[in-house]
Amino acid sequence: MSLKTIEAAPGFKDYLPQEYKDLIDDGPFLKQRKVSELGSFKEAIEEHPMCSGCAMTLFIRLVYVGLPSIENTVICGTAGCGRLAISQGAVPFVYGNYGDTNAVATGIKRGLDIRFKEQNKDVVVMAGDGGLADIGFHAVMHSWFRKEKFTTIMLDNEVYGNTGGQDSGMTQKGMVMKMAPTGKKFEKMDMLGLAKTAGVAYTARLAPTNPTRVANTVRKAVLIAREVGPTFIQAYTSCNIEYAIPTPKVMDDARAVEKDRYQFVEYFSDEAKAYWDDSEKERKRLRKAAKQSG
Amino acid sequence: MGKLNGTPYRVVTGPEGLLPPAATIMGVPLPEEGEGLVEGGIVTEAEALEKAAIAMLTRKNATLFPGPLVLWGWNDHTNEKAKYFFDVADEIPGVRIIPMPDYRPIYPKIDPEAVINPCHPNLTISHNKIEACVFIGVHCHYASITLKMIRAGTNCFTIALCAEAGHEDAMVSVPNFDIEKLILFKEALIKVKKNGIKPLYEGKGIVPTGWSQIAALKGEIPIKPEDELVEAGTGAFSSELETGLDDTAE
Ligand SMILES: Cc1ncc(C[n+]2csc(CCOP(=O)(O)OP(=O)(O)O)c2C)c(N)n1
Ligand code: SF4
Repeated sequence: MSLKTIEAAPGFKDYLPQEYKDLIDDGPFLKQRKVSELGSFKEAIEEHPMCSGCAMTLFIRLVYVGLPSIENTVICGTAGCGRLAISQGAVPFVYGNYGDTNAVATGIKRGLDIRFKEQNKDVVVMAGDGGLADIGFHAVMHSWFRKEKFTTIMLDNEVYGNTGGQDSGMTQKGMVMKMAPTGKKFEKMDMLGLAKTAGVAYTARLAPTNPTRVANTVRKAVLIAREVGPTFIQAYTSCNIEYAIPTPKVMDDARAVEKDRYQFVEYFSDEAKAYWDDSEKERKRLRKAAKQSG
Repeated sequence: MGKLNGTPYRVVTGPEGLLPPAATIMGVPLPEEGEGLVEGGIVTEAEALEKAAIAMLTRKNATLFPGPLVLWGWNDHTNEKAKYFFDVADEIPGVRIIPMPDYRPIYPKIDPEAVINPCHPNLTISHNKIEACVFIGVHCHYASITLKMIRAGTNCFTIALCAEAGHEDAMVSVPNFDIEKLILFKEALIKVKKNGIKPLYEGKGIVPTGWSQIAALKGEIPIKPEDELVEAGTGAFSSELETGLDDTAE
């Protein structure tokens, strides 16, 4: 595949809609953008049809900033609210059947590795808690057991948002929802513990309260998946509709939930830790060398 | 012409109504090299190209829809092909060029003057009152569904110039459409004009469409028209920006 896919063939640029011209001239491709640059470059996603103020949209926007090589990334998603925004992004998006994401991502990743031996191609699964912890659970677990080298990001809004408020395995025990009127019957699933048991190389849990942390965590997870093995991010991305959070209070809710039960945690396997420490050292060395050379 | 259980099926301009059958299910075959399809029947390539040329010259608001395989400069072949695409455009007075840059569903709002999308192509066709169009460089699986949707809901005469096997769901289709065949299509346009077909928009050049294309072709700075602007506080991500992005470095 040629990176010229992000340049128009001769004569065609004038005919493109403005947002594509902007993507060509000032898009996120071929350079690592920072959160602090948001608003100063053309982002991979511009509009989306999700609910106004949905924390999931903010998180997805930050994921696009964090991807270490956005032009070499394929995102795999499925039914659920997130795909409504993810399918609008200027990154190839493959829609797996509900429950299939990690099996589909396995095939894509293995295929890309065969086809592009000399080039890193990153695969990222991004789907809801229902899609990954309930219906896709078997595929998620087996992709981890098989040590498939891609990142799984769970958009954990603790509910089936897209279908109107059923409880998922990730809903808090006792929670009463529109379509769970007698309350959730069992504890929130410990996906972090399951990931650790399954041998996931890097696991993180976070809320989107600190944009730089979100982007950095995504970058770390994708880079470790490239070199070491499966990685998993569980992100609190509240559903303001099903949890009746007033739109302007969405971030207050994220901060409160983070403080109460969704603190930032990360876990590295020994191999992942060794790889990450080495690569950090190397990045520092390169930065220093660049500074010295002017 | 396709025939299923003895019933003939012609792939003609619609509106055919919701969910027209896939032409292949109705028995329409794909053309071989050197052949073309016209309204579901196999003809010679030359006949198909002439039929396409006449439709593009005589039907209202004829439009070329270049897809991702031709409009992105992803290899030497596409870079070379671009010139021949514009040679064809130059032979169709009053033609529009509306790209299909990718297959994103494009929510919540499409600008039908600037872009066509495979998930709702009828919006662009109906908005611009397009009665003949050419698809070129669109991946087959998207072209098939797009062509069916257009046949279902509009009276547009569809022409699929396909780099692979051709498309039964278009009114005219020619397979293996490479540079050589783009030249043949240009020659067919010249020939039918010479033989007396009078172009509907005689004397006109390419008609720019969509605010950014109009500005670009005039060499002006593109300015989004006011009715396209998103009101503060209602646009994408507005609420999260309202609360402010806390850019605390890790
Ligand atoms: C196999 C299958 N079963 C059920 C559905 C219906 N369905 C669509 S979205 C959805 C719930 C999504 O919940 P979640 O994955 O938590 O994502 P959210 O919408 O909350 O972001 C369901 C059950 C489907 N599309 N496919
Ligand atoms: S239903 Fe909930 S998760 Fe889905 S878009 Fe709306 S606020 Fe977001």
